[in-house]
Amino acid sequence: MDPEVRENTISILVNNKPDVLARIAGTFSGRGFNIESISANVTRNPAVTKIIITTLSNRETLTKLVKLLNRLLDVLEVEDLTGMESARREMVLVRLKTNEHQNARVLKAVERYGWKVISNEPEGFVLEVTGDREDIDRALTILEPLGMDDFTRTGTVALANGHG
Amino acid sequence: MKLTGSQILFRALKEEQVETIFGLPGGAVLDIFDELYRSDVNHILVRHEQGAIHAADGYARASGRVGVCLVTSGPGATNTVTGIANAYMDSIPVVVLTGQVSTMLIGNDAFQEVDITGITRPCTKHNFLVRRVDELGRTIREAFKIARSGRPGPVLIDLPKDMMQSTADVETLSHALTYPEERQEPIEESCARALWLVRKAKKPLLFVGGGVILGKASEELRAFVRKLDLPVISSLMGLGAYPGTDPRWLGMVGMHGTYYANMAISHCDLLIAVGVRFDDRVTSKLDAFAPHAQIVHIDIDPTSIEKMVKTHVGIVSDCRPALQTLNRMLDEDPSMVPGERTRAWLEQVAKWKAKMPLTYHPGERIKPQHVIERLYKLTRGEAIVTTEVGQNQMWAAHYYHFDHPNTFISSGGLGTMGFGLPAAIGAQVACPDRVVVDIAGDGSIQMNIQEMATAVHYGLPVKVIILNNRYLGMVRQWQELFYGRRYSQTDLDHGPNFVKLAEAYGARGFRAEKPEDVDPTLRAALEAQGPVILDFQVEPEEGVYPMVKPGASLTEMDLGNGKVLAGSAVPEKVGAV
Ligand SMILES: Cc1ncc(C[n+]2csc(CCOP(=O)(O)OP(=O)(O)O)c2C)c(N)n1
Repeated sequence: MDPEVRENTISILVNNKPDVLARIAGTFSGRGFNIESISANVTRNPAVTKIIITTLSNRETLTKLVKLLNRLLDVLEVEDLTGMESARREMVLVRLKTNEHQNARVLKAVERYGWKVISNEPEGFVLEVTGDREDIDRALTILEPLGMDDFTRTGTVALANGHG
Repeated sequence: MKLTGSQILFRALKEEQVETIFGLPGGAVLDIFDELYRSDVNHILVRHEQGAIHAADGYARASGRVGVCLVTSGPGATNTVTGIANAYMDSIPVVVLTGQVSTMLIGNDAFQEVDITGITRPCTKHNFLVRRVDELGRTIREAFKIARSGRPGPVLIDLPKDMMQSTADVETLSHALTYPEERQEPIEESCARALWLVRKAKKPLLFVGGGVILGKASEELRAFVRKLDLPVISSLMGLGAYPGTDPRWLGMVGMHGTYYANMAISHCDLLIAVGVRFDDRVTSKLDAFAPHAQIVHIDIDPTSIEKMVKTHVGIVSDCRPALQTLNRMLDEDPSMVPGERTRAWLEQVAKWKAKMPLTYHPGERIKPQHVIERLYKLTRGEAIVTTEVGQNQMWAAHYYHFDHPNTFISSGGLGTMGFGLPAAIGAQVACPDRVVVDIAGDGSIQMNIQEMATAVHYGLPVKVIILNNRYLGMVRQWQELFYGRRYSQTDLDHGPNFVKLAEAYGARGFRAEKPEDVDPTLRAALEAQGPVILDFQVEPEEGVYPMVKPGASLTEMDLGNGKVLAGSAVPEKVGAV
């Protein structure tokens, strides 16, 4: 048994139906697996949804999980992106309540890291940061002392480089 | 032409060649039952919805067809959940039709509303909530197909009341199905690799399970065994897949496996597993399971392969095409036939078999094993036997030698007490000309005893054989062996008078108290026309042996009477991957 637990990314194409997410979530929870992050939206074909899930597990568990997901009738395709060359992004929206001193430092960081200002009001900002997981972690660390009030972070979206 | 939802439902059932359904009405399904009134579908009115689902399950197991049950919303639906989980664990094809409140009320905590698709999601192969009447016909056809194809299982269709009342065009019945065919992977290569292992094996063993029965592959299995001349063991679910009277047969393996089956699996060098899923009651301690064996595993469900044990060759296939392919390859290459290579092994297996047969000690009181032995003789091994759960189930498995598939009907995966009687009713409906017997404990039988009324109502001559030990016997046995004989809450003294109870239902009842009563009582029951309850007052503290302690290796068998075999030292697994 391979004890090495790592973060795995799986991409799942499913029929776009009300109970499908519950089936996927049940497949994880029923076996005691945790979903670390999830993101879902329709594909070019609106009857089909793509779900990207990241989960912590070893190889063996992941193989079982992929088989179990494949057993669901509404699952059309499961792709394990873990070992593959793929683009991965997360996004976070950060609300800041800033004073004048912080304002200047926020704007400087925005410029330096190429973040986006979504709103700029007298009481503070809403920023958008897109990047890989480390980029997001770093942004949050930087913004924490700059009046960070709240944030919403998306799950990972991922796309294999080769095809897609 | 326009039809109501209820009419579409019965048209679709007809197309699926459904002859009989098991059910019980209620508010949400009044329209369906009204349509039933006009239809020629046979309906068996049960006395509890758990009885309906188990009966549909027993019907499916005895007939090899899809069983159907029909219940109302809310409590009617939740009463089927145990039975759905039971069918799911044993991969039995059933279609469960549940009533539901009208679509506009769903989500409002309406009277008798439950989210039954939500509740049964983890224990159905698939389920549907019909939200548009023009999808009804297709959904029903789809449900039957899903239930019976691939690895079979229960499929539930939730039917809101307004869907049954509104109308759709008759053409909607023939709309194309949306789920694709379950594909069969190519297996030539994996079969060839499996036979490569066969060619080298000196100690091959065949291990069969319920998949052989579900996959209707018994004929092919027999041919395979004839060609390779190897011993055969089975899981509980596999009983009947291979003739229990054949000399190559070693019986059940696992916690209550025979001495020789457990020895064979622990010493074989090649284990060919067909339609099994390596349940923990079979493997016991995984590290010590089949420690010398390379494993070939044939199963329709890829999730079963490599789930519990390391497999050297996995063949993802229905059992029948896989065995057909193997048989053809064996015919093409006679060098594969073992002959001398396995002789020593077959001799060893024969020695084990002769050394420690299944036995019990006759005494002053009736021994439960004796009852089953006599039942076997008096029915010439030709009865369909359902069981409850516990010691009764294991004794039935040990002492009734099943020669044919679909004749041993037992709750394997879930171990549901109360399964046997309604399952017997379902089996009797499927096979009206067969002798159908439920081997029961005095505990289990009381869990669905109300179905005696159903048996009487329809004149179904099921014979309920209660091995009455006045205990929740199997639990008592564990308390005896592992909990210092502290019989906490397993004493069932003060049980009902089963003879009077039978009579109260309008059935016949017989009691036997001494060993010499066994034969006449069984004879009287088998000759009786209608349903019968037999109360055999058996030795209260009789145990099921051999027994492998939970977590021990399969060679560490307690043989009863104080004899416990120490496990042989188990060397490293050969060629473990
Ligand atoms: C519904 C249900 N509840 C509890 C159990 C746990 N259990 C397993 S065997 C058993 C005892 C069964 O007693 P009885 O039916 O008298 O059969 P015996 O073992 O005495 O033959 C119990 C309680 C179960 N399997 N199913």
